[in-house]
Amino acid sequence: MSGMSLHKKLEKNAGLLIFGILFVSSIGGLVQVLPVLFQESLSTASANTVPYSAAQLQGRDIYIREGCHVCHSQQVRPLLAEVKRYGPYSRAGELVYDRPFMWGSKRTGPDLHRVGGKYSDAWQRIHLLDPRSVVNDSIMPAYPWLAGKPASAIGDIQKKMRVLVRLGHPYSEQEIEAAPAALEGLTELDALVAYLQVLGTSAEEFKGEEGHH
Amino acid sequence: MATAFYTVQRTSHVPLLMPKLAWFCCYAWQIVIFFGGLSLLAGWTSTKEYAELEWPFDIAITVLWVCFGVVFFGTIARRTIETIYISNWFFGGLIIVIAMLHIVNNLALPVSIDKSYSLYAGAQDAVVQWWYGHNAVGFLLTGGFLGMMYYFLPKMSGQPIWSYRLSVVAFWAFTYSYIWAGPHHLHFNSIPDWVQSLAMAMSLILLAPSWATMINGIMTVSKSSVKLRNNPALKFIVLSLAFYGLATFEGPMMAIKSVNVVSHFTDWTIGHVHSGALGWNAMITYGVFYYLVPRLAGRELYSLRLANIHFWLALSGTILYILAMWAAGVSQGLLWLSLDELGQLNYTFNDVMAGMKPYYGLRLIAGLVFLSGTVLMTFNLFMTIRGQQTVKVRPPSLATVSGVIA
Repeated sequence: MSGMSLHKKLEKNAGLLIFGILFVSSIGGLVQVLPVLFQESLSTASANTVPYSAAQLQGRDIYIREGCHVCHSQQVRPLLAEVKRYGPYSRAGELVYDRPFMWGSKRTGPDLHRVGGKYSDAWQRIHLLDPRSVVNDSIMPAYPWLAGKPASAIGDIQKKMRVLVRLGHPYSEQEIEAAPAALEGLTELDALVAYLQVLGTSAEEFKGEEGHH
Repeated sequence: MATAFYTVQRTSHVPLLMPKLAWFCCYAWQIVIFFGGLSLLAGWTSTKEYAELEWPFDIAITVLWVCFGVVFFGTIARRTIETIYISNWFFGGLIIVIAMLHIVNNLALPVSIDKSYSLYAGAQDAVVQWWYGHNAVGFLLTGGFLGMMYYFLPKMSGQPIWSYRLSVVAFWAFTYSYIWAGPHHLHFNSIPDWVQSLAMAMSLILLAPSWATMINGIMTVSKSSVKLRNNPALKFIVLSLAFYGLATFEGPMMAIKSVNVVSHFTDWTIGHVHSGALGWNAMITYGVFYYLVPRLAGRELYSLRLANIHFWLALSGTILYILAMWAAGVSQGLLWLSLDELGQLNYTFNDVMAGMKPYYGLRLIAGLVFLSGTVLMTFNLFMTIRGQQTVKVRPPSLATVSGVIA
């Protein structure tokens, strides 16, 4: 049977056509994506990598709500110029508690994966409230409302942590119990700064790598 | 969706199965888009590109997608023509593959109405997302629109598809190879090397079915050049094919790792998307609008001249936009990577950003030019539907007037 006569059958039978499309289109996913989902090294935390604290987790959700990820990537590629500019390149093991991943597609602003510890808390605070007061020609919008809202406003932290436990994040029951108290007195601005300051800091073992190039 | 419903009836020679369900799809889709847009503005987002909507919308889309499938395949099942037409393969592929991608990629545990956490994390989340992201675009914006092309192009040009065999081969090659290309969005990111290289190879292979389809389309039109000149609908479709060829050539080039080093994270990507979205998707949609609306309304197109102006506005807007983004993207990519002889960075991030002003200005102008064309079309089609035919009133010449008086 030639290819065209086989196709004559397919194009006359809707069921066969549906099956054909489903079969042909799923091969790629089965061969390329499925193995990645079962590759343990990609879901194993590297040393020093721990789940986000209550404040950092709220901060991350604020980062998402405000759309920071649209202009800032969080992925340093293993290229000389990138390592010079941002710091050690990103490793999969550091990112296993990122749900969702936020590597991004566009750098309208600079990459933020290694921003943790690069500036002081005070600098971050001023920069978020009024970017141009510290970076002259910045085009980043200001986020003044963050200072006026409590960090607990962006969702029930205990519920979030419980959901993450179900997904495999190792929060202890004590940590979850203590979470609301940890947020007490913090604003959304504090939470966001806490998140920014922890970004990319678990890579202690790679520090100093820049000097070798 | 509208063109799928139209085409499937035409090519199956039967009315839609469950027309009420089709109306439901129409309204439900508008509602999802409207409230979905608002929810994004409110900060409800999963952050995943092309899948930003949060879980309540994902469920709504799944329900309505299943309805879409039921109406579409139900109509095919009771067709009176034995062979299922090519357009319907593409529409069918769109329905099936997007259902698969949408469900797998959006799997998440909800926390509250506006928040959920992805079932996948980190690198695995990235690979699943781009398996979805690349192919949702592929099957919706390429597959669905190729379905439109395969129906409306022969219809308008009065020519059968140039090569049936080529369309068969291209369809299956497209369905098979598109799926593999996603991880080229993650070159040099923290995912396994083999996944990146495989995606790059498959992206290059994808050039073949894309260009086969483009050539098939262009050859179909090439025999009817007379009609092209005074037919805005056909003109738009031919232009869209040209941009389709451009974008599907550029895509595989950008998927090459050594090119991607420069293009990734820059405006080049934005330019590439727009040569597809404006040049291919918008143009072919305009073409179909100019063809369908007068037919469905049972009236002549209100103004051929406005449609021609729209054509040139759309073309110049798109080209300016792409040029601006290319220039901006290549500069960003090269300047970010630029090192001096001591291995130190030549430019700070702010240096490069400050240089983008003229390009972004040009981008704004290009966007406005393109938008003004769309506004003209809306007016033109609105007047067509209202049925006010252009009444050509020529003021009588002075001689006749004075003659009458005399």
